[in-house]
Amino acid sequence: MINVALPKGRLGEKIYEIFAAAGYECPSIKENNRKLIFENAEKGVRYFWVKPSDVSIYVERGAADIGVCGKDILVEYAPDVYELLDLKKGVCRMAVAAKKDFYDNGERTLKVATKFVNAAKSFYAKKGRAIDVIKLNGSIEIAPILGLSDVIVDIVETGTTLKENNLEVVETVFPISARLIANKASFKFKTEEIERLAEGIRALTDGETV
Amino acid sequence: MSQTELKEEERVAFALRSLYRSYGYLPYKMNKFEAYDLYAFNKDFLVGDGVITFNDTDGKLLALKPDVTLSIIKNTTDESEKKVYYHENVYRISGETKQFKEIPQIGLERIGEVDAYVVYETITLALKSLLAISKDVALDISHLGVLSAVLDEVGAGDAFNKKARRLIADKNAHELKNLCAEYNVADDKVQMLIAVARAYGKPEKVLPVLQSFGLSKQGQSALADLQVVCTLLQNSEYADKINLDFSAQNDMKYYNGFVFKGFVAGVCEGVLSGGQYDKLMERMGRKSGAIGFAVYLDLLEHLKKNDSEYDLDALVLYDDKTPVQDLIATVQGAVERGEKVSAQKTLGKVRAKRVIDLTGGKTV
Repeated sequence: MINVALPKGRLGEKIYEIFAAAGYECPSIKENNRKLIFENAEKGVRYFWVKPSDVSIYVERGAADIGVCGKDILVEYAPDVYELLDLKKGVCRMAVAAKKDFYDNGERTLKVATKFVNAAKSFYAKKGRAIDVIKLNGSIEIAPILGLSDVIVDIVETGTTLKENNLEVVETVFPISARLIANKASFKFKTEEIERLAEGIRALTDGETV
Repeated sequence: MSQTELKEEERVAFALRSLYRSYGYLPYKMNKFEAYDLYAFNKDFLVGDGVITFNDTDGKLLALKPDVTLSIIKNTTDESEKKVYYHENVYRISGETKQFKEIPQIGLERIGEVDAYVVYETITLALKSLLAISKDVALDISHLGVLSAVLDEVGAGDAFNKKARRLIADKNAHELKNLCAEYNVADDKVQMLIAVARAYGKPEKVLPVLQSFGLSKQGQSALADLQVVCTLLQNSEYADKINLDFSAQNDMKYYNGFVFKGFVAGVCEGVLSGGQYDKLMERMGRKSGAIGFAVYLDLLEHLKKNDSEYDLDALVLYDDKTPVQDLIATVQGAVERGEKVSAQKTLGKVRAKRVIDLTGGKTV
Protein backbone atom coordinates (compact mmCIF):
# COMPACT_ATOMS: atom_id res chain seq x y z
CA MET A 1 0.00 0.00 0.00
CA ILE A 2 1.39 3.40 -1.00
CA ASN A 3 0.23 6.41 1.01
CA VAL A 4 -0.06 9.51 -1.15
CA ALA A 5 -0.43 13.05 0.22
CA LEU A 6 -2.19 15.30 -2.29
CA PRO A 7 -2.56 19.07 -2.01
CA LYS A 8 -6.16 20.08 -1.36
CA GLY A 9 -7.65 22.24 -4.12
CA ARG A 10 -7.75 22.55 -7.89
CA LEU A 11 -4.15 21.51 -8.49
CA GLY A 12 -4.59 18.43 -6.29
CA GLU A 13 -7.64 17.36 -8.30
CA LYS A 14 -5.67 17.72 -11.53
CA ILE A 15 -2.85 15.67 -10.04
CA TYR A 16 -5.28 12.97 -8.93
CA GLU A 17 -6.49 12.69 -12.54
CA ILE A 18 -2.89 11.94 -13.62
CA PHE A 19 -2.54 9.28 -10.92
CA ALA A 20 -5.87 7.77 -12.01
CA ALA A 21 -4.81 7.77 -15.67
CA ALA A 22 -1.59 5.98 -14.63
CA GLY A 23 -3.74 3.19 -13.18
CA TYR A 24 -4.05 4.32 -9.56
CA GLU A 25 -7.67 5.38 -9.51
CA CYS A 26 -9.74 5.51 -6.35
CA PRO A 27 -13.37 6.25 -7.34
CA SER A 28 -14.50 7.05 -3.79
CA ILE A 29 -12.40 10.22 -3.97
CA LYS A 30 -15.03 11.73 -6.32
CA GLU A 31 -17.81 11.36 -3.79
CA ASN A 32 -18.79 14.72 -2.52
CA ASN A 33 -18.18 14.44 1.19
CA ARG A 34 -15.88 15.70 3.89
CA LYS A 35 -13.75 12.60 4.13
CA LEU A 36 -10.01 13.21 3.93
CA ILE A 37 -8.70 9.67 3.39
CA PHE A 38 -9.57 7.46 0.40
CA GLU A 39 -8.34 3.97 -0.24
CA ASN A 40 -8.35 1.53 -3.13
CA ALA A 41 -6.97 -1.69 -1.65
CA GLU A 42 -7.05 -3.43 -5.02
CA LYS A 43 -4.70 -0.85 -6.59
CA GLY A 44 -2.66 -0.64 -3.40
CA VAL A 45 -3.06 3.09 -2.96
CA ARG A 46 -4.38 5.39 -0.24
CA TYR A 47 -4.82 9.11 -0.86
CA PHE A 48 -5.24 11.91 1.61
CA TRP A 49 -5.94 15.56 1.06
CA VAL A 50 -3.79 17.92 3.09
CA LYS A 51 -3.04 21.62 3.05
CA PRO A 52 -0.63 22.20 0.10
CA SER A 53 2.11 23.66 2.30
CA ASP A 54 1.90 20.62 4.61
CA VAL A 55 2.47 17.94 1.95
CA SER A 56 6.25 17.98 2.38
CA ILE A 57 5.89 17.58 6.16
CA TYR A 58 3.70 14.48 5.80
CA VAL A 59 6.21 13.00 3.38
CA GLU A 60 9.37 13.96 5.26
CA ARG A 61 8.00 12.46 8.49
CA GLY A 62 6.85 9.30 6.73
CA ALA A 63 3.09 9.68 7.32
CA ALA A 64 2.86 9.61 3.51
CA ASP A 65 5.26 7.60 1.33
CA ILE A 66 4.97 10.00 -1.55
CA GLY A 67 3.25 13.31 -2.21
CA VAL A 68 2.87 16.14 -4.67
CA CYS A 69 3.75 19.71 -3.82
CA GLY A 70 4.96 22.89 -5.47
CA LYS A 71 8.64 23.72 -5.85
CA ASP A 72 7.96 26.85 -3.76
CA ILE A 73 7.33 24.64 -0.71
CA LEU A 74 10.46 22.56 -1.37
CA VAL A 75 12.65 25.65 -1.63
CA GLU A 76 11.11 27.31 1.42
CA TYR A 77 11.18 24.36 3.82
CA ALA A 78 14.03 22.29 2.28
CA PRO A 79 12.56 18.97 3.47
CA ASP A 80 14.82 15.91 3.45
CA VAL A 81 12.98 14.01 0.71
CA TYR A 82 13.64 12.66 -2.79
CA GLU A 83 12.32 14.83 -5.60
CA LEU A 84 11.47 12.20 -8.20
CA LEU A 85 9.57 14.01 -10.94
CA ASP A 86 8.54 17.35 -12.32
CA LEU A 87 4.84 16.92 -13.11
CA LYS A 88 4.76 20.15 -15.15
CA LYS A 89 1.41 21.12 -13.66
CA GLY A 90 0.60 24.23 -11.65
CA VAL A 91 3.32 26.08 -13.56
CA CYS A 92 4.10 29.56 -12.25
CA ARG A 93 7.15 31.33 -10.81
CA MET A 94 8.51 32.91 -7.66
CA ALA A 95 9.16 36.51 -8.55
CA VAL A 96 10.17 39.88 -7.17
CA ALA A 97 7.52 42.53 -7.87
CA ALA A 98 7.35 46.22 -7.11
CA LYS A 99 5.30 49.33 -7.88
CA LYS A 100 5.68 50.33 -11.52
CA ASP A 101 7.69 53.44 -10.68
CA PHE A 102 9.96 51.74 -8.15
CA TYR A 103 13.68 52.13 -8.69
CA ASP A 104 16.20 50.37 -6.47
CA ASN A 105 19.37 52.44 -6.40
CA GLY A 106 20.92 50.07 -3.86
CA GLU A 107 21.56 52.86 -1.37
CA ARG A 108 19.61 51.53 1.59
CA THR A 109 18.33 48.25 3.02
CA LEU A 110 15.66 46.82 0.75
CA LYS A 111 12.37 46.09 2.51
CA VAL A 112 10.95 42.79 1.24
CA ALA A 113 7.46 41.58 2.12
CA THR A 114 6.83 37.88 1.57
CA LYS A 115 5.27 34.64 2.73
CA PHE A 116 8.45 32.83 1.65
CA VAL A 117 11.04 34.14 4.08
CA ASN A 118 13.77 31.56 3.42
CA ALA A 119 13.42 31.76 -0.35
CA ALA A 120 13.65 35.57 -0.23
CA LYS A 121 16.62 35.55 2.15
CA SER A 122 18.65 33.09 0.10
CA PHE A 123 17.86 34.90 -3.17
CA TYR A 124 19.16 38.24 -1.86
CA ALA A 125 22.03 36.61 0.09
CA LYS A 126 23.39 35.30 -3.23
CA LYS A 127 23.33 38.87 -4.55
CA GLY A 128 24.88 40.17 -1.33
CA ARG A 129 22.03 42.69 -0.96
CA ALA A 130 21.07 43.86 2.55
CA ILE A 131 17.35 43.27 3.11
CA ASP A 132 14.75 43.60 5.82
CA VAL A 133 12.32 40.72 5.48
CA ILE A 134 8.73 41.37 6.49
CA LYS A 135 6.82 38.13 6.91
CA LEU A 136 3.18 38.39 5.82
CA ASN A 137 0.59 35.65 5.58
CA GLY A 138 -1.58 36.93 2.74
CA SER A 139 -2.50 39.92 0.52
CA ILE A 140 1.21 40.49 -0.03
CA GLU A 141 0.49 42.86 -2.95
CA ILE A 142 -0.79 45.53 -0.61
CA ALA A 143 2.57 45.94 1.17
CA PRO A 144 4.36 48.12 -1.43
CA ILE A 145 1.19 50.12 -2.06
CA LEU A 146 0.98 51.12 1.59
CA GLY A 147 4.73 51.68 1.83
CA LEU A 148 5.22 48.74 4.16
CA SER A 149 7.84 47.32 1.81
CA ASP A 150 9.80 48.28 -1.32
CA VAL A 151 9.24 44.97 -3.10
CA ILE A 152 7.45 41.67 -2.60
CA VAL A 153 8.62 38.13 -3.26
CA ASP A 154 5.61 36.04 -4.18
CA ILE A 155 4.16 33.46 -6.54
CA VAL A 156 3.13 34.93 -9.87
CA GLU A 157 0.88 32.94 -12.16
CA THR A 158 -0.67 35.23 -14.77
CA GLY A 159 0.30 38.56 -13.26
CA THR A 160 -3.32 39.82 -13.27
CA THR A 161 -3.38 40.57 -9.52
CA LEU A 162 -0.13 42.48 -9.84
CA LYS A 163 -1.43 44.50 -12.78
CA GLU A 164 -4.67 45.35 -11.01
CA ASN A 165 -2.63 46.71 -8.10
CA ASN A 166 -0.29 48.68 -10.32
CA LEU A 167 2.62 46.37 -9.63
CA GLU A 168 4.98 44.61 -12.03
CA VAL A 169 7.50 41.77 -11.98
CA VAL A 170 11.06 43.00 -11.54
CA GLU A 171 12.81 39.61 -11.79
CA THR A 172 12.16 35.90 -11.54
CA VAL A 173 13.53 34.10 -8.50
CA PHE A 174 12.88 30.53 -9.68
CA PRO A 175 10.31 28.65 -11.78
CA ILE A 176 7.65 26.63 -9.95
CA SER A 177 5.68 23.52 -10.86
CA ALA A 178 4.27 20.51 -9.02
CA ARG A 179 6.84 17.87 -8.02
CA LEU A 180 6.47 14.24 -7.01
CA ILE A 181 8.38 13.73 -3.76
CA ALA A 182 9.11 10.56 -1.77
CA ASN A 183 10.10 9.78 1.79
CA LYS A 184 13.68 8.47 1.82
CA ALA A 185 13.00 5.47 4.07
CA SER A 186 9.74 4.54 2.28
CA PHE A 187 11.68 4.52 -0.98
CA LYS A 188 13.93 1.76 0.42
CA PHE A 189 11.12 -0.46 1.62
CA LYS A 190 8.57 0.15 -1.15
CA THR A 191 11.08 0.62 -3.98
CA GLU A 192 9.26 -1.37 -6.63
CA GLU A 193 5.84 0.11 -5.90
CA ILE A 194 7.14 3.68 -5.86
CA GLU A 195 9.32 3.24 -8.96
CA ARG A 196 6.43 1.66 -10.88
CA LEU A 197 4.09 4.48 -9.93
CA ALA A 198 6.68 7.17 -10.75
CA GLU A 199 7.41 5.52 -14.09
CA GLY A 200 3.69 5.43 -14.95
CA ILE A 201 3.36 9.10 -14.15
CA ARG A 202 6.57 10.03 -15.94
CA ALA A 203 5.19 8.42 -19.10
CA LEU A 204 2.13 10.66 -18.84
CA THR A 205 3.90 13.92 -18.06
CA ASP A 206 7.33 13.82 -19.76
CA GLY A 207 7.69 15.88 -22.86
CA GLU A 208 4.29 17.49 -22.36
CA THR A 209 4.28 21.16 -23.22
CA VAL A 210 3.12 23.49 -20.51
CA MET B 1 15.91 -6.35 35.58
CA SER B 2 14.20 -8.23 32.78
CA GLN B 3 14.83 -7.47 29.09
CA THR B 4 11.28 -6.14 28.76
CA GLU B 5 12.11 -3.35 31.22
CA LEU B 6 14.67 -1.93 28.78
CA LYS B 7 13.79 0.92 26.49
CA GLU B 8 14.37 0.13 22.81
CA GLU B 9 17.36 2.45 22.79
CA GLU B 10 18.91 0.68 25.78
CA ARG B 11 18.22 -2.81 24.43
CA VAL B 12 19.88 -1.95 21.12
CA ALA B 13 22.84 -0.27 22.86
CA PHE B 14 23.44 -3.43 24.93
CA ALA B 15 23.23 -5.69 21.89
CA LEU B 16 25.54 -3.51 19.82
CA ARG B 17 28.16 -3.12 22.52
CA SER B 18 28.52 -6.88 22.78
CA LEU B 19 28.50 -7.21 18.96
CA TYR B 20 31.35 -4.69 18.55
CA ARG B 21 33.25 -6.21 21.44
CA SER B 22 33.10 -9.64 19.80
CA TYR B 23 34.73 -8.22 16.65
CA GLY B 24 37.65 -6.91 18.67
CA TYR B 25 36.53 -3.29 19.12
CA LEU B 26 37.48 -1.75 22.47
CA PRO B 27 35.26 0.67 24.37
CA TYR B 28 36.22 4.31 24.19
CA LYS B 29 34.92 6.69 26.83
CA MET B 30 35.10 10.35 26.04
CA ASN B 31 34.97 13.53 27.99
CA LYS B 32 31.68 15.38 27.49
CA PHE B 33 33.56 18.57 26.57
CA GLU B 34 36.15 19.23 23.94
CA ALA B 35 38.30 22.30 23.21
CA TYR B 36 36.38 24.49 20.78
CA ASP B 37 39.51 24.90 18.62
CA LEU B 38 39.13 21.35 17.35
CA TYR B 39 35.80 22.22 15.73
CA ALA B 40 36.78 25.71 14.62
CA PHE B 41 39.77 24.24 12.75
CA ASN B 42 37.75 21.41 11.20
CA LYS B 43 34.51 23.28 10.60
CA ASP B 44 34.19 21.88 7.08
CA PHE B 45 33.92 18.41 8.48
CA LEU B 46 31.00 19.05 10.81
CA VAL B 47 27.38 18.40 9.87
CA GLY B 48 26.26 21.95 10.64
CA ASP B 49 27.60 25.22 11.99
CA GLY B 50 26.04 24.98 15.41
CA VAL B 51 28.26 24.15 18.37
CA ILE B 52 27.28 24.82 21.99
CA THR B 53 30.21 26.66 23.58
CA PHE B 54 31.01 27.86 27.08
CA ASN B 55 34.01 29.02 29.09
CA ASP B 56 35.87 26.77 31.50
CA THR B 57 36.84 28.21 34.90
CA ASP B 58 40.21 29.26 33.43
CA GLY B 59 38.52 31.08 30.56
CA LYS B 60 39.31 28.44 27.93
CA LEU B 61 36.56 28.05 25.33
CA LEU B 62 35.02 24.60 25.42
CA ALA B 63 32.28 22.93 23.42
CA LEU B 64 29.74 20.19 23.98
CA LYS B 65 30.77 17.56 21.43
CA PRO B 66 28.83 17.93 18.15
CA ASP B 67 30.77 14.95 16.81
CA VAL B 68 32.67 11.94 18.13
CA THR B 69 34.97 10.99 15.25
CA LEU B 70 37.13 14.13 15.45
CA SER B 71 37.85 13.49 19.12
CA ILE B 72 38.82 9.88 18.42
CA ILE B 73 41.19 10.77 15.58
CA LYS B 74 42.79 13.47 17.68
CA ASN B 75 43.93 10.79 20.07
CA THR B 76 45.36 8.37 17.53
CA THR B 77 48.81 7.93 16.08
CA ASP B 78 49.87 6.43 12.78
CA GLU B 79 51.89 3.68 14.43
CA SER B 80 49.21 1.12 15.10
CA GLU B 81 45.75 0.12 14.05
CA LYS B 82 43.00 1.22 16.35
CA LYS B 83 39.53 -0.27 16.68
CA VAL B 84 37.16 1.42 19.09
CA TYR B 85 33.45 1.67 19.74
CA TYR B 86 31.67 4.40 21.65
CA HIS B 87 28.26 5.21 23.11
CA GLU B 88 28.05 8.96 23.55
CA ASN B 89 25.71 11.91 23.30
CA VAL B 90 26.41 14.57 20.69
CA TYR B 91 24.84 18.01 20.48
CA ARG B 92 23.76 19.30 17.08
CA ILE B 93 21.16 21.53 15.53
CA SER B 94 18.29 19.30 14.50
CA GLY B 95 17.24 19.54 10.86
CA GLU B 96 13.58 19.35 11.85
CA THR B 97 13.37 21.92 14.64
CA LYS B 98 16.43 24.08 13.83
CA GLN B 99 17.22 23.94 17.54
CA PHE B 100 19.94 22.15 19.48
CA LYS B 101 19.23 18.54 20.23
CA GLU B 102 20.98 15.86 22.27
CA ILE B 103 21.53 12.81 20.08
CA PRO B 104 22.63 9.53 21.64
CA GLN B 105 24.96 7.74 19.22
CA ILE B 106 26.57 4.34 19.29
CA GLY B 107 29.18 3.54 16.71
CA LEU B 108 32.62 2.33 15.85
CA GLU B 109 35.76 3.62 14.20
CA ARG B 110 38.55 1.61 12.66
CA ILE B 111 41.78 3.46 12.02
CA GLY B 112 44.50 1.88 9.91
CA GLU B 113 44.73 0.60 6.36
CA VAL B 114 41.30 0.18 4.78
CA ASP B 115 41.29 -2.82 2.42
CA ALA B 116 38.46 -4.88 0.95
CA TYR B 117 38.23 -7.06 4.05
CA VAL B 118 37.99 -4.05 6.36
CA VAL B 119 35.23 -2.49 4.24
CA TYR B 120 33.38 -5.80 4.09
CA GLU B 121 33.62 -6.34 7.84
CA THR B 122 32.51 -2.77 8.62
CA ILE B 123 29.53 -3.02 6.26
CA THR B 124 28.47 -6.37 7.70
CA LEU B 125 28.76 -4.90 11.20
CA ALA B 126 26.54 -2.04 10.03
CA LEU B 127 24.04 -4.62 8.73
CA LYS B 128 24.21 -6.63 11.95
CA SER B 129 23.63 -3.39 13.88
CA LEU B 130 20.49 -2.68 11.84
CA LEU B 131 19.29 -6.26 12.29
CA ALA B 132 19.67 -5.89 16.05
CA ILE B 133 17.00 -3.18 15.76
CA SER B 134 14.55 -4.89 13.38
CA LYS B 135 14.22 -7.63 10.76
CA ASP B 136 13.11 -5.21 8.10
CA VAL B 137 16.21 -3.20 7.20
CA ALA B 138 18.00 -1.80 4.17
CA LEU B 139 21.55 -0.53 3.66
CA ASP B 140 22.44 1.77 0.78
CA ILE B 141 26.03 1.71 -0.36
CA SER B 142 27.75 4.26 -2.54
CA HIS B 143 31.33 5.07 -3.51
CA LEU B 144 32.30 8.72 -3.66
CA GLY B 145 35.34 7.85 -5.81
CA VAL B 146 33.00 6.63 -8.54
CA LEU B 147 30.81 9.70 -8.20
CA SER B 148 33.83 12.03 -8.40
CA ALA B 149 35.08 10.17 -11.49
CA VAL B 150 31.69 10.61 -13.17
CA LEU B 151 31.74 14.35 -12.37
CA ASP B 152 35.36 14.65 -13.59
CA GLU B 153 34.26 13.02 -16.82
CA VAL B 154 31.64 15.75 -17.22
CA GLY B 155 34.31 18.34 -16.40
CA ALA B 156 31.99 21.31 -15.81
CA GLY B 157 33.84 22.69 -12.78
CA ASP B 158 33.44 22.84 -9.01
CA ALA B 159 30.32 24.99 -8.89
CA PHE B 160 28.55 22.56 -11.22
CA ASN B 161 29.80 19.53 -9.25
CA LYS B 162 28.49 20.91 -5.97
CA LYS B 163 25.02 21.54 -7.40
CA ALA B 164 25.00 18.21 -9.27
CA ARG B 165 25.92 16.25 -6.11
CA ARG B 166 23.04 17.93 -4.27
CA LEU B 167 20.60 17.01 -7.06
CA ILE B 168 21.87 13.42 -7.22
CA ALA B 169 21.38 13.20 -3.43
CA ASP B 170 17.74 14.24 -3.99
CA LYS B 171 17.31 11.85 -6.98
CA ASN B 172 16.27 14.97 -8.84
CA ALA B 173 16.96 13.99 -12.45
CA HIS B 174 14.74 16.70 -14.00
CA GLU B 175 16.63 19.61 -12.43
CA LEU B 176 19.93 17.87 -13.14
CA LYS B 177 18.93 17.97 -16.80
CA ASN B 178 18.24 21.72 -16.52
CA LEU B 179 21.55 22.29 -14.74
CA CYS B 180 23.40 20.46 -17.52
CA ALA B 181 21.68 22.67 -20.11
CA GLU B 182 22.79 25.74 -18.16
CA TYR B 183 26.43 24.53 -18.22
CA ASN B 184 26.30 23.28 -21.85
CA VAL B 185 27.07 19.69 -20.88
CA ALA B 186 27.24 17.30 -23.86
CA ASP B 187 24.28 14.94 -24.34
CA ASP B 188 26.10 11.69 -23.61
CA LYS B 189 27.40 13.14 -20.33
CA VAL B 190 23.89 14.31 -19.40
CA GLN B 191 22.61 10.76 -19.92
CA MET B 192 25.44 9.46 -17.74
CA LEU B 193 24.60 11.83 -14.87
CA ILE B 194 20.90 11.03 -15.08
CA ALA B 195 21.67 7.32 -15.05
CA VAL B 196 23.71 7.85 -11.86
CA ALA B 197 20.90 9.88 -10.23
CA ARG B 198 18.33 7.21 -11.06
CA ALA B 199 20.56 4.18 -10.36
CA TYR B 200 19.14 2.34 -7.42
CA GLY B 201 19.07 -1.33 -6.64
CA LYS B 202 21.05 -4.52 -6.37
CA PRO B 203 24.72 -4.43 -7.48
CA GLU B 204 24.02 -6.78 -10.40
CA LYS B 205 21.60 -4.18 -11.79
CA VAL B 206 23.60 -1.01 -11.06
CA LEU B 207 27.25 -2.03 -11.61
CA PRO B 208 26.86 -2.82 -15.35
CA VAL B 209 25.36 0.67 -15.84
CA LEU B 210 28.42 2.25 -14.19
CA GLN B 211 30.82 0.02 -16.13
CA SER B 212 29.28 1.11 -19.41
CA PHE B 213 30.45 4.72 -18.82
CA GLY B 214 34.10 4.01 -19.66
CA LEU B 215 35.43 6.03 -16.71
CA SER B 216 39.00 7.30 -16.23
CA LYS B 217 41.67 5.09 -14.65
CA GLN B 218 40.89 6.50 -11.21
CA GLY B 219 37.19 5.89 -11.71
CA GLN B 220 37.84 2.34 -12.91
CA SER B 221 39.88 1.61 -9.81
CA ALA B 222 37.12 2.98 -7.53
CA LEU B 223 34.59 0.94 -9.46
CA ALA B 224 36.76 -2.18 -9.07
CA ASP B 225 36.90 -1.60 -5.27
CA LEU B 226 33.13 -1.31 -5.22
CA GLN B 227 32.77 -4.45 -7.31
CA VAL B 228 35.00 -6.52 -4.97
CA VAL B 229 33.05 -5.54 -1.85
CA CYS B 230 29.70 -6.03 -3.61
CA THR B 231 30.70 -9.56 -4.67
CA LEU B 232 31.64 -10.41 -1.06
CA LEU B 233 28.30 -9.04 0.15
CA GLN B 234 26.32 -10.78 -2.58
CA ASN B 235 27.74 -14.09 -1.37
CA SER B 236 26.81 -13.36 2.24
CA GLU B 237 23.53 -13.81 4.08
CA TYR B 238 22.91 -10.08 3.67
CA ALA B 239 22.64 -10.03 -0.13
CA ASP B 240 18.96 -9.07 -0.06
CA LYS B 241 19.51 -6.17 2.37
CA ILE B 242 21.96 -4.11 0.33
CA ASN B 243 21.41 -1.68 -2.52
CA LEU B 244 23.71 0.59 -4.46
CA ASP B 245 22.51 4.16 -4.33
CA PHE B 246 24.49 7.27 -5.25
CA SER B 247 22.08 9.50 -3.40
CA ALA B 248 23.73 8.16 -0.25
CA GLN B 249 26.44 10.78 0.13
CA ASN B 250 25.83 11.69 3.77
CA ASP B 251 25.95 15.26 4.90
CA MET B 252 29.45 15.47 6.20
CA LYS B 253 32.49 16.30 4.13
CA TYR B 254 34.31 13.57 6.07
CA TYR B 255 33.94 10.91 3.54
CA ASN B 256 35.82 9.88 0.43
CA GLY B 257 35.57 6.22 -0.69
CA PHE B 258 32.75 4.01 0.52
CA VAL B 259 29.74 5.61 2.20
CA PHE B 260 26.64 3.88 3.46
CA LYS B 261 23.33 4.72 5.05
CA GLY B 262 21.06 2.33 6.92
CA PHE B 263 17.28 2.33 7.23
CA VAL B 264 14.82 0.48 9.45
CA ALA B 265 11.18 0.06 8.41
CA GLY B 266 9.00 2.29 10.57
CA VAL B 267 11.60 5.05 11.05
CA CYS B 268 11.19 7.87 8.56
CA GLU B 269 14.88 8.71 8.16
CA GLY B 270 18.22 6.90 8.09
CA VAL B 271 19.25 5.50 11.50
CA LEU B 272 22.80 4.57 10.55
CA SER B 273 25.35 6.54 8.65
CA GLY B 274 28.99 5.90 7.94
CA GLY B 275 31.84 5.51 5.53
CA GLN B 276 35.50 5.92 4.81
CA TYR B 277 37.13 9.18 5.91
CA ASP B 278 40.75 9.21 4.80
CA LYS B 279 40.41 12.89 3.85
CA LEU B 280 39.67 13.87 7.43
CA MET B 281 42.66 11.82 8.62
CA GLU B 282 44.86 13.63 6.12
CA ARG B 283 43.55 16.98 7.28
CA MET B 284 44.44 16.05 10.83
CA GLY B 285 47.96 15.11 9.80
CA ARG B 286 47.54 11.32 9.82
CA LYS B 287 48.71 9.02 7.05
CA SER B 288 46.48 6.05 7.77
CA GLY B 289 42.99 5.50 6.46
CA ALA B 290 39.84 5.14 8.52
CA ILE B 291 36.29 3.85 8.31
CA GLY B 292 33.41 3.87 10.76
CA PHE B 293 29.72 4.39 11.34
CA ALA B 294 27.24 5.58 13.93
CA VAL B 295 23.72 4.53 14.84
CA TYR B 296 21.39 7.35 15.92
CA LEU B 297 19.63 5.85 18.89
CA ASP B 298 17.20 8.74 19.38
CA LEU B 299 15.40 7.75 16.17
CA LEU B 300 14.47 4.37 17.63
CA GLU B 301 11.74 6.14 19.60
CA HIS B 302 9.80 6.11 16.32
CA LEU B 303 9.48 2.33 16.61
CA LYS B 304 6.32 1.91 18.60
CA LYS B 305 6.66 -1.79 19.27
CA ASN B 306 7.57 -1.37 22.92
CA ASP B 307 4.69 0.76 24.01
CA SER B 308 3.08 -1.02 26.94
CA GLU B 309 -0.60 -0.98 27.65
CA TYR B 310 -0.23 -0.58 31.41
CA ASP B 311 2.03 1.44 33.69
CA LEU B 312 1.44 -0.93 36.64
CA ASP B 313 0.39 -4.51 37.25
CA ALA B 314 -1.32 -3.58 40.49
CA LEU B 315 -2.38 -0.38 42.18
CA VAL B 316 -3.02 -0.79 45.92
CA LEU B 317 -5.55 1.79 47.04
CA TYR B 318 -5.52 2.55 50.77
CA ASP B 319 -6.66 5.16 53.28
CA ASP B 320 -6.30 5.98 56.97
CA LYS B 321 -8.49 3.01 57.95
CA THR B 322 -6.21 0.45 56.18
CA PRO B 323 -4.07 -1.49 58.67
CA VAL B 324 -0.46 -0.69 57.77
CA GLN B 325 0.60 -4.32 58.20
CA ASP B 326 -1.94 -5.40 55.54
CA LEU B 327 -0.67 -2.72 53.18
CA ILE B 328 2.97 -3.75 53.64
CA ALA B 329 2.08 -7.43 53.10
CA THR B 330 0.06 -6.71 49.95
CA VAL B 331 2.75 -4.55 48.33
CA GLN B 332 5.53 -6.94 49.35
CA GLY B 333 3.58 -9.93 47.97
CA ALA B 334 3.07 -8.25 44.61
CA VAL B 335 6.75 -7.25 44.33
CA GLU B 336 7.80 -10.80 45.14
CA ARG B 337 5.55 -12.11 42.37
CA GLY B 338 7.55 -9.88 40.04
CA GLU B 339 4.73 -7.38 39.55
CA LYS B 340 5.03 -3.62 39.17
CA VAL B 341 3.03 -2.24 42.08
CA SER B 342 2.27 1.12 43.60
CA ALA B 343 0.48 1.91 46.90
CA GLN B 344 -1.50 5.14 46.57
CA LYS B 345 -4.29 6.99 48.28
CA THR B 346 -5.87 8.08 45.01
CA LEU B 347 -6.25 6.40 41.64
CA GLY B 348 -4.77 9.29 39.67
CA LYS B 349 -4.22 8.87 35.94
CA VAL B 350 -1.94 5.86 36.10
CA ARG B 351 -3.00 2.84 33.99
CA ALA B 352 -3.08 -0.24 36.26
CA LYS B 353 -3.94 -3.78 35.15
CA ARG B 354 -5.85 -4.30 38.42
CA VAL B 355 -6.71 -2.27 41.50
CA ILE B 356 -6.47 -3.81 44.99
CA ASP B 357 -8.82 -1.81 47.17
CA LEU B 358 -7.84 -1.77 50.87
CA THR B 359 -9.78 1.38 51.74
CA GLY B 360 -12.10 1.45 54.73
CA GLY B 361 -10.31 -1.55 56.25
CA LYS B 362 -11.22 -3.91 53.38
CA THR B 363 -9.01 -6.97 53.06
CA VAL B 364 -7.88 -8.85 49.97
